[in-house]
Amino acid sequence: MAAPDVIVIGGGLHGCSTALHLARRGIAALVIEKDHVGRHASGVNAGGVRRLGRHPAEIPLSVASMELWHAIRDLVDDDCGFQSHGQVKAAEDEAEYELLRRRVEEVRALGFTHEELVGRDELRALVPAIADHCVGAIVCRQDGAALPYRTTLAFRRKAESLGARFLEGTRVTGLRRQAARWQVETDRGAHEALHIVNAAGAWAGAVAAQLGEPVPLEIIAPMLMISAPLPAFLKPVVGATGRPLSFKQFANGTVLIGGGHRGRPDPATNWTDLDFAGLALSARTVWDLFPPMRDAQIVRAWAGIEARMPDDIPVIGPSRTSENAWHAFGFSAHGFQLGPIVGAIIAELIATGHTNLPIAPFDIARFTRPA
Amino acid sequence: MSAVNEVRDSYDVAVVGAGPAGLTAATACAAAGLATVLFDEQPAPGGQIYRAITQTPVQRASILGNDYWYGARLVRDFQASRAQYVPGATVWSLSREREIGVSTGGAARLTQAKRVIIATGALERPFPIPGWTLPGVMTAGAGQILLKSGAMVPQGRTLLAGCGPLLWLLAWQYLNAGVKIDAILDTTARASRSAAWPHAPAFLFSPYFRKGLRLMLSVRRRTKVIAGVTGLRAEGNSRLQQVAYRTADGAEIRLPADTLLLHQGVVPNVNLAMSVGIEHRWDDDQLCWVPVVDGYGGTSVDGVAIAGDGAGIAGAWAAEERGKLAALAAIRALKPDTRQDILPDEANIRLALAKVERGRLFLDRYYQPAASFRIPRGDTIVCRCEEVTAQQIIDTVALGCTGPNQMKSFLRCGMGPCQGRLCGLTVTELMAQTRGVPPAEIGHYRLRPPVKPITLGELAALPKDEAAIKAVVRG
Repeated sequence: MAAPDVIVIGGGLHGCSTALHLARRGIAALVIEKDHVGRHASGVNAGGVRRLGRHPAEIPLSVASMELWHAIRDLVDDDCGFQSHGQVKAAEDEAEYELLRRRVEEVRALGFTHEELVGRDELRALVPAIADHCVGAIVCRQDGAALPYRTTLAFRRKAESLGARFLEGTRVTGLRRQAARWQVETDRGAHEALHIVNAAGAWAGAVAAQLGEPVPLEIIAPMLMISAPLPAFLKPVVGATGRPLSFKQFANGTVLIGGGHRGRPDPATNWTDLDFAGLALSARTVWDLFPPMRDAQIVRAWAGIEARMPDDIPVIGPSRTSENAWHAFGFSAHGFQLGPIVGAIIAELIATGHTNLPIAPFDIARFTRPA
Repeated sequence: MSAVNEVRDSYDVAVVGAGPAGLTAATACAAAGLATVLFDEQPAPGGQIYRAITQTPVQRASILGNDYWYGARLVRDFQASRAQYVPGATVWSLSREREIGVSTGGAARLTQAKRVIIATGALERPFPIPGWTLPGVMTAGAGQILLKSGAMVPQGRTLLAGCGPLLWLLAWQYLNAGVKIDAILDTTARASRSAAWPHAPAFLFSPYFRKGLRLMLSVRRRTKVIAGVTGLRAEGNSRLQQVAYRTADGAEIRLPADTLLLHQGVVPNVNLAMSVGIEHRWDDDQLCWVPVVDGYGGTSVDGVAIAGDGAGIAGAWAAEERGKLAALAAIRALKPDTRQDILPDEANIRLALAKVERGRLFLDRYYQPAASFRIPRGDTIVCRCEEVTAQQIIDTVALGCTGPNQMKSFLRCGMGPCQGRLCGLTVTELMAQTRGVPPAEIGHYRLRPPVKPITLGELAALPKDEAAIKAVVRG
């Protein structure tokens, strides 16, 4: 088989999206995945498709990605289970409401209007089940949620249909530059290509270190839990202001509860230990915010393994030590919504050396620059 | 007996399950002076085999038989021990650090143990035939539970179908109780019988041989047994009305029925063990996942052992011995200076174990259910919780789903409250057959806690330690 132009390390959403956007440009990509596509954070995250509350540096990318989400079927021939019932971030008291008001002003000052401040009545209209003490919210009406594994697999299938190749159960063990090409060694033979993309998620730190640019990447395991089906009572995805929460009901009635309490990951074995004391805190938050949930049955909890950067924003862009090497990792538990656009950015960078989207804040060099 | 607010922060040994393995394990650990707790889901000890033995309304001894009443001795020994007994307790999580999440009466606790002995026993192999979800169709095991705990027996036209010792035992107990069984549809496969014969000589020396033979003959004298049954289907509008089947001569026969009791063997209940990451292997004789254990039930997770049928099906008498072996390992690890006369006698245990395990392979092979009863096709329901059919699962393989975990994202199969207990084996074998690879390569659902549902309220109120509980109780 002919050597690919690009080897993508990691078959998560960002790797699959990169392969798809490369394939759309006629660039042959080979994705090498140590487990199976979507095995980790990409397949088991909360599925939030959210612009609400983004770090200012991420807003332009998030807004661009949302346009792709609203036409996701055109991109991957599958609706990815995407539903746009909005995202809501509730304030539990006046002090929190004041924080939200300032946040909306800040976003507007940057020139974006997707975050909208609403008061008590509008919040009740959007989320009738929310507890009485909540005083208002930010709402992003065009945000929503999708099914993460289905989405990742849809990107993979579309990429494959356009010529990208996927090697699963294959672990990258070494990278070498030879005659201006990358030699990528794996536990199942070597491959070569002109470019490499580091989309290895929790395992991306090892790749960056091999390229001589180690990063302070933390491996985390955000926990989620899900209930047995309940009668429909909630359309948008709901978060809180003063404590971590991501709360949504699927069409089948099950309710997903996430929001940041973490388990203990063991990236060497793919194992995650759950911390029930942490899940108890999430349960307590839901108990307070959604009284009707108190008798709901929790049927399963889990955690995906992913990478978090110290500044909670990803690394996107070229390697600063090696030619024709590119990074897309460290999404810090909120990378799912960015998947469609990040693949497009990396493909554009590889094809043209340039992108119009502002990616400077995501430069890997930010961790090596003198403070 | 203890309620959850009497559960302590930590124990030397926590045993999960009060069947024969759990009872002997807890009794032996407590006898050696280890702080021992036994959590059990039932309101009274005995497990499934000796279920409700301290409180069954079925008091005429001849109905349930001597082998049932034998269990009373294990319960007495346990009750005389210093082990703490927590009935009605659902263990919903176990971590690799041996932190246990447990609930009783709607209140949850976390507790810690130096050693955990999982004795959660067996559950019935799924029997996914067309119509198996109709009201009026249940498993033989469920029928036996109703008999033991509530003296409830089927009324009207009653059929039993399937294969395996429990099917015959239930038929015998029903007949003793005066139930009229219209027929037993015996699905034992001819190929399985042939595969078993080489192991028949060993089985002649099994204590199960004479008992089993006597029981089968007694059943055959009293009811009609139809052999070589294939193409079994339960039919009816909104509830069971008739059962269709074929025999060797090929003609389809229909029998009217109000109750159909299905059974084709038992398999280890692996959910708690898998959720803590214990290594399992696919057993080609028992056609199920079996944890990898050492001679004392020790597993790949430090400090966690499995005793009884949960470590591979071997029956109640073996479970009793395997419980003692797991206890022995725990005592040696935690109290190495324990006097010999308090320790369970390993040589005796091994002797007894060898005796009751003799010829086991004969039973495994003889009663190995035919593929057509394990691997359904078409519209037959595989996942009862989410109503997923065999064909839907086959179709997701074509979409690129290589195993149960990828598939469940599409179909939610296995994601309902039963956590895959009723469909896991079916899904693994169905995907293996569809892909043309061995079941071991397909794998099982990745099982995650809570392995049994708990309410959000229980979780939210989860107290951290005894002091916090006292505060709650006082308030």
